[in-house]
Amino acid sequence: MSELGELIRVEGGRALATLTRVFGDLQLAEDSLQDAIVIALERWPETGVPVSPAAWLTVTARNKALDRLRREGRRNEKEEAAMRDLSPPDDDPDDSPNDSPNDSPNDSPNDATIDDDTLRLIFTCCHPALAPAARVALSLRTLCGLSTAEIARAFLTSEPTMAQRLVRAKHKIAAARIPYRVPADHELPERLPAVLAVVYVIFTEGHTASAGDDVVRVDLCDEAIRLAELLAGLLPDEPEVLGLLALLLVTDARRETRVDDRGELVLLEHQDRSRWNAEQIAEGSALVERTLRRTVGRPGPYALQAAIAACHAVAPSWADTDWPEIARLYEILESVQPGPVVRLNRAVAVAEVDGPDAALAIVDGIEGLDRFHRYHIVRAELLRRVERTDEARASYRAALALEPSDPEARHLARRLAELAGG
Amino acid sequence: MPQYAALIYGEDADWMAPEHAGQMAEYRDFHAAAGSVIAGGAALQPTSTATTIEVKGGKGGDLVTTDGPFAETKEVLGGFYLLEANDLDDAIKWASQIPGAWHGRVEVRPVLPMG
Repeated sequence: MSELGELIRVEGGRALATLTRVFGDLQLAEDSLQDAIVIALERWPETGVPVSPAAWLTVTARNKALDRLRREGRRNEKEEAAMRDLSPPDDDPDDSPNDSPNDSPNDSPNDATIDDDTLRLIFTCCHPALAPAARVALSLRTLCGLSTAEIARAFLTSEPTMAQRLVRAKHKIAAARIPYRVPADHELPERLPAVLAVVYVIFTEGHTASAGDDVVRVDLCDEAIRLAELLAGLLPDEPEVLGLLALLLVTDARRETRVDDRGELVLLEHQDRSRWNAEQIAEGSALVERTLRRTVGRPGPYALQAAIAACHAVAPSWADTDWPEIARLYEILESVQPGPVVRLNRAVAVAEVDGPDAALAIVDGIEGLDRFHRYHIVRAELLRRVERTDEARASYRAALALEPSDPEARHLARRLAELAGG
Repeated sequence: MPQYAALIYGEDADWMAPEHAGQMAEYRDFHAAAGSVIAGGAALQPTSTATTIEVKGGKGGDLVTTDGPFAETKEVLGGFYLLEANDLDDAIKWASQIPGAWHGRVEVRPVLPMG
């Protein structure tokens, strides 16, 4: 994406938040912002970018929205609200093609207002009354400014399906009056997890590229980190927000080494640690420490996962990893957030501390992961290590049958071939 | 003020039977607490009293009458409230105090404004 396009996408997200509050209508806000972006793309290459691009886009879109309302004969309380909340600037950017790049509209929303509006928009998009898939799509559309086509490709679905999902979500927000507000402090424990889950889902979707090849997909990992940073800036006192950001930074630091030049998957064990992003690891590790210090005795699940990822990230090699610490962290995580996947991960750490037999005992006690290919992979690797070859082969085949992503499938096929050869 | 229907789903019961006295007391508590937002509502008799009708072939067509509720399910619509609330969060706040929310489930639906 061009530099100007990227700038407009980021600033447009900020403008959209304010426009949604002013008009109380997400669709109208989106349509009018599109109008303003068209003007900006025409004008900014000649005039230069205004000092506050978000404010410029907000005021221009506001005027476009008023035009739309007048055209549709909807001169009503929406318009009055808009006039009250955003009084017109001295020079209307739409009517003055010669405005200098330093012109900042008077009475335009300031950064603090835009931040509040952005937080409102986040909580609306991630409202529990919306379907989880709709929360993810809506967040990418409104907060990240991705097009419907880009989101559809990212989630390997058709554009009409994604468009319909977005329209349904926006319709429910309007019809059921899902409020546009930041939850009160006492509501945050109930509402924040849904927001964090949306960011996490976006990241994992990008990280694992769950199926197929990823050439045309937008970088969902970057979008998720951007959202997590945005949240961390807006809610700096929430430990789990910082924990999530730390987790994403440290995990993403390894991205260059997860797949080799031929697109083959490289396991953590064999990754070239010198190519990990040291800056991101340092930033993430510092965040983890800060977060855990603040929540002694009751760490949250994201902070714990971040601590585990940081443990891996600072280890000089697979063998020299602090496995007892990782096993201990997984044990705490399992007490905070019990579940078969956490137990599976704990088994991997236990294998390095107490050996594959101890780990197999844990894995064999796990129920409900038959449809999860990683369960079969972990089991296969452990069986291979204790030389139960036939069972290992069966587990690799079970993993392959669940249609993992292409690089992962090739990796499993190689493993199977090795076992056949040995 | 926007209105929301809070549709209460749960066991198919006769609410006048003595074994439901405890739940009825909970509903009285709810009425005392939520009186200002309740714009209407009703408790329904069990689905054994229900009749489902359909006019086939458009307006004026054949009336088909069937004994029983629209759908035979374990949890049935047992009653509803019409609540006045500012927005969905507000409506959910009140609906979560309806005893049906812990004895069964409550569906919150915005009412189409008429007029």
